[in-house]
Amino acid sequence: MPQAAQTMIGQANPVAIMFFVLFVLITLVITYWAAKRTRTTKDFYAAGRSITGFQNGLALAGDYMSAASFLGIAGIVSTKGYDGLIYSVGWLVGWPIIMFLISEPLRNLGKYTFADVVAYRLNQRPIRAAAAAGSLTVVLTYLVAQMVGAGTLIKLMFGLPFELAIGITGSLMILYVLFGGMIATTWVQIIKAALLLGGATLLVILTLSQFGFSYGELFGQAEKMYTNKFLEPGGLVTNPVDAFSLGLALMFGTAGLPHILMRFYTVPDAKAARKSVFYATGFIGYFYILTVTIGFGAAVLVTQKVILGVDKGGNMAGPLLAEALGGNIFLGFLSAVAFATILAVVSGLTLAGASAFSHDLFVGVIRKGQASEKEEVKVAKVATVGLGITAILLGILFKGQNVAFLVGLTFAIAASANFPALLMSIVWKKFTTAGAVSSIYTGLTVAVVLLILSPTIWVDIAHKSEVDAVAKQVKTIEDSSKAKIADIEKQKAPGLDAAKLAAIDTSVAAEKKASEAQIKEAKSHMPKAIFPLRNPGIYSMSAAFLIGILVSLLAPDREAEARFEGEKVREYIGIGAEE
Amino acid sequence: MSSAGSKKSAHEILEDEDFRSLHSQKNSISLILTILELVLYFGFIALIAFNKPFLSQKLSEGSATTIGIPIAVGTIVLSWVFTAIYIFWANSRYDILVKKIKNKIGG
Repeated sequence: MPQAAQTMIGQANPVAIMFFVLFVLITLVITYWAAKRTRTTKDFYAAGRSITGFQNGLALAGDYMSAASFLGIAGIVSTKGYDGLIYSVGWLVGWPIIMFLISEPLRNLGKYTFADVVAYRLNQRPIRAAAAAGSLTVVLTYLVAQMVGAGTLIKLMFGLPFELAIGITGSLMILYVLFGGMIATTWVQIIKAALLLGGATLLVILTLSQFGFSYGELFGQAEKMYTNKFLEPGGLVTNPVDAFSLGLALMFGTAGLPHILMRFYTVPDAKAARKSVFYATGFIGYFYILTVTIGFGAAVLVTQKVILGVDKGGNMAGPLLAEALGGNIFLGFLSAVAFATILAVVSGLTLAGASAFSHDLFVGVIRKGQASEKEEVKVAKVATVGLGITAILLGILFKGQNVAFLVGLTFAIAASANFPALLMSIVWKKFTTAGAVSSIYTGLTVAVVLLILSPTIWVDIAHKSEVDAVAKQVKTIEDSSKAKIADIEKQKAPGLDAAKLAAIDTSVAAEKKASEAQIKEAKSHMPKAIFPLRNPGIYSMSAAFLIGILVSLLAPDREAEARFEGEKVREYIGIGAEE
Repeated sequence: MSSAGSKKSAHEILEDEDFRSLHSQKNSISLILTILELVLYFGFIALIAFNKPFLSQKLSEGSATTIGIPIAVGTIVLSWVFTAIYIFWANSRYDILVKKIKNKIGG
């Protein structure tokens, strides 16, 4: 059995660098080619609406399959078993929702951003300002999470310094978006998605070949090594309300991510938009099944001890498995693919942020809809550079910080600020400007405030020193109690009479009880979160819907209601949709 | 295809028999599939939260695989099947009705 005790991970790997340089060269050639085709706003934001349903399906999958999900989910599965599988299911279930409720109306009603749809029959300026606030917050939080993840992962895989890794990622991302716009970004996504799916498939074939291509055999060995607990749900879902809340955020957050929604404008019509979700769902579902298999395979073939020895988070499970099964060359290839994955995801995010800035804020709010295409593209390009530099700086600023909460925050905000307003504007005749604006700001504020007050930030981050102090105190009590008990039990000598033995047992029990009481006392000083749930989605989303409905009903807008008829015709049959 | 060129107003299109049929069919199928997806996923979460022993059962005597594994993978696969059902419906009904209505407006 291969044992990757001596790993090349973390050293400058010439094979990885070669593959990565090759990827960068190809994508830069594509960017050059795309730059010549990027003239109008339609080219820059929407790739001239020339992407097919299948291509867009791959690109959507590329936008969504981040390095964090590839390396992270394999890592969680390899260390936590079945719980990792639960986690991966949650990331997929938003896609059918996008298809059933969002994709066709979005394509038929909008032009470049989802704010186009929300503002369709309402007042442009307040809606666009609010939607841009929602979009930019989502983009920035997600971008920072990806950047910090990128720096950490690239450092782990290539041994590059954190700042240099972020600098390379940020600069390439700026180049793609600035010169190649949506055309280059889409092709970077497509290539990356194909590489990632191909690489993961190969890794799974190599893994299963070790088990006679039988999942039963793989699970059988996993059970032997880690007991049957490894194949059962464990501690991931302890609080049902919290699990439900996380599920809501994942499901509807996916349908509120600006860089995903933006992709529906790159296809020629609603039919292609719907088709692209079908392909994307298939690719993403397949990818998660592969990733889970890689996780179980790594647990058996690499072993948890080795995986956790390389990285406490388990993130290197996939690369270690690749090294064990395919040697240095496969490790190099997969590391380069992971780097490419990071690059593609941040490019998509940057483009979405730049369009929210130029299309919604600059043209919609500042210029009240009056700007030439040339001006708009120019502002989008300036915004691209600005966002890119901001992302690099924030990534470096957050170095070494635990940013896992940012991903949760991103989905909570997308589900609460963006999704409710978008859905209500599509389906509800009586929705008003004030209703939409208050819904967006409510969802945004409630999600952010509740997350700050939740155990995730309030306890784990803001009061970390107190948590650590309590943990240290508990450890001290436990250690001293253990020592005391050992001392008492030393008195147990052979030949002692029953009464003395009983007396020793009694004092051991007393000592145990005393230390338990001390521990309980110490733990009572543990800082408590003001808001009990780790995932605010259930409250922030409900609040956004409720406020949107109440405000709309309290101050009806007859004009907007009248315009709903035209919206409905265009929404359902696509007459007048952007071409 | 611009709305300005059409002979009928939005209101007239909305009153059209075919449009009403399209509208109600599209809304029903979207709603039904959305509810199915919600039941599927939150049913899975509820099983984990309230009935771990069920998911921990072995598939068969002597097998290590728990029922939870095919159920989780099944949730992923079924989600995709739902999108396939929608595509199948949209290609065979929705697109045809849209074409029919567009022809009517154009004429």
